[in-house]
Amino acid sequence: MEAREQVTARRDGKLAIALKRNTWTIGLLGILALLLVITKLIQPSYGFAGVQGLAISVLPLAFAAVAQACVVIARGIDLSIQSMMAFISVVAAVMMDERSEGFAVLVVVGVVLLGLLMGAINGSLIVFTRVPDIVVTLAMLFVWAGSALLVLNTPGGGSADWLRQLTLGPVLTDWIPKAGLVLLVVVAVIWLPIRRSRLGLSLYAIGSDPLAAYRSGVSVGRTKVFAYMLAGLFSALGGLALTASTGIGTPVPGPYTLMSVAAVVLGGVSLAGGRGGVFGPIVAVVILQLLRTDMTFLNVDTNLATVVQGLILVGVVMVGSLLQMRRGRK
Amino acid sequence: MSVIDTSTGRSPWLSAAGMKALFRERPIIPLLGLLALLVILSQVIRPGIVTPNWAGVMIRTAVPLAILAGCQTITMLTGGIDLSVGAVASMSGFLVATLVGDTGLAGAIVIALVVAALFGLVNGIGAGVFRVHPLIMTLAMSLVVLGLANVWQLIRVQTGSGVPPEFRTIGADMFFGVIPVSLLLFAPLALLIVYTLNRTGFGRLLYAIGDNEVASRLSGAKSWQVLTVLYVISAVLAGVAGFVLSGLTNTASVTLADSAVLPSVAAAVIGGTSIFGGRGTYTGTMVGALILTVITSILSSLGYPEAVRQILFGAMIVLVAAAYTRIVGE
Repeated sequence: MEAREQVTARRDGKLAIALKRNTWTIGLLGILALLLVITKLIQPSYGFAGVQGLAISVLPLAFAAVAQACVVIARGIDLSIQSMMAFISVVAAVMMDERSEGFAVLVVVGVVLLGLLMGAINGSLIVFTRVPDIVVTLAMLFVWAGSALLVLNTPGGGSADWLRQLTLGPVLTDWIPKAGLVLLVVVAVIWLPIRRSRLGLSLYAIGSDPLAAYRSGVSVGRTKVFAYMLAGLFSALGGLALTASTGIGTPVPGPYTLMSVAAVVLGGVSLAGGRGGVFGPIVAVVILQLLRTDMTFLNVDTNLATVVQGLILVGVVMVGSLLQMRRGRK
Repeated sequence: MSVIDTSTGRSPWLSAAGMKALFRERPIIPLLGLLALLVILSQVIRPGIVTPNWAGVMIRTAVPLAILAGCQTITMLTGGIDLSVGAVASMSGFLVATLVGDTGLAGAIVIALVVAALFGLVNGIGAGVFRVHPLIMTLAMSLVVLGLANVWQLIRVQTGSGVPPEFRTIGADMFFGVIPVSLLLFAPLALLIVYTLNRTGFGRLLYAIGDNEVASRLSGAKSWQVLTVLYVISAVLAGVAGFVLSGLTNTASVTLADSAVLPSVAAAVIGGTSIFGGRGTYTGTMVGALILTVITSILSSLGYPEAVRQILFGAMIVLVAAAYTRIVGE
């Protein structure tokens, strides 16, 4: 796929490929714009306060989606994302509680490294035991969740002030939420260099055809561990976002793993691996969250909103696998 | 056959050929050995604890877990998994408790099982027809079931009916303080599952699909039909487990069986059912459920919190799955 894209690249010019490669994301942005208009129609008072609230509530889930995207691109799946987030969230909250602002910087660096370590453990277990990704990460989902509960049994702890301020309020104009900017900058700084490097190409290679990748000299195992480390890193950022946005650590997380899978599929990353990026899933997360907001505006019971989200997930995955089946037949 | 030569190799456990064959052909024997060891360990930790009554209590606690693990066994044989069993079991127990006042016990049971079967049908169609990975399909389904159960809870909040006394008899009572009444329900059910897996065409189809789906399709098996029926059966079994569990704990809540999902997977994996499909027995699973129940009792008698149990069970799944992968050499 990559190769074919590069051949067309020489023919079409840069803008055309950029468009072609991101058709899905651009389509999603269209849907998002439409949804914003609908939201404004339902709730005429929806303004920049709403947009900022949206950005803050989206932050943890967006990091979860990016984490999931990294492993799904490499033909894996990480079910332990939500409990890694919970673990990081409580560790950060406990360590930052009633400590100086400067110490919090150390904590942030520490938990990000911890995230990388957890991802490395997940990935190495998969590579060394040869047990399928889905089983190992399902087991690790409980291992990390149990660890989170050992650190903090009930929601508690605290968050440094600067970390909280990092996500609150607007920047420059009223319309740009700080949380959204932080998200885009952090993801871009981490992801874009990787995407352009040899390692990034290997991620796509082992996702699209592990055997072909192996024969062209890619170390499949090492690349896989790297993919899970990236997932751990972004999960750690998601966990920090949880602590930052609520001010406390939450040992029992929401269904972030499931939502991240939905966002990844909706965001144009194929569950069969090798396709898609991290920005599509982010837009998908915003769409999913906005749908939830709209349902609240329409006075739909929150439990029913959960049901609808589950149904959307099932629907999206079904359509995704149907498309894949048709592609397979060709 | 089971003689271990400790002088050869670092881990005779994994390398001794006789041990390998034993695990491969008759995993039940080492499993029973492990169970015996754990019983001795219980006796060592708390001398005098092992009595006929203790054994009865262990079996009584293991019964709902064994039924749920049955759901995992039959779905894992085809290479799937059913993570919606927790939500479905809680939902059916809750449904009976809230309906029994209006419809009578028989009516409530029928309604609960029909609703469970419908959820199973959706799982089966998703996994069988649309080829969604069963793990994602059933995980999403558990979200939908939980949401709907919550909605139902809000609607029925005014009715004060509880767990029917018949369920309490079945789930919690014991004949002569030794033999659990639940065996009256469980023994025929277990025999039925074992018989179906070993002696019927449907059972053989499950093994065939899990072993090699393409080959089974080429020899005329319609895998989508088998899978659809399979997930309906799994959901109905989960419903029955929900009845027993609500009787055992004398509670009806929409999250009652959530904490039993991972142990049910663990019981099947420890009992020798391969997560890749095509290999496993229900007898092994039952012993697996007993092993986990005894471990849980040891942990709680030592005063460890629930979190430790989660970590331990997660770690056990990875370890056992890895060991089986090595031994069977898949």
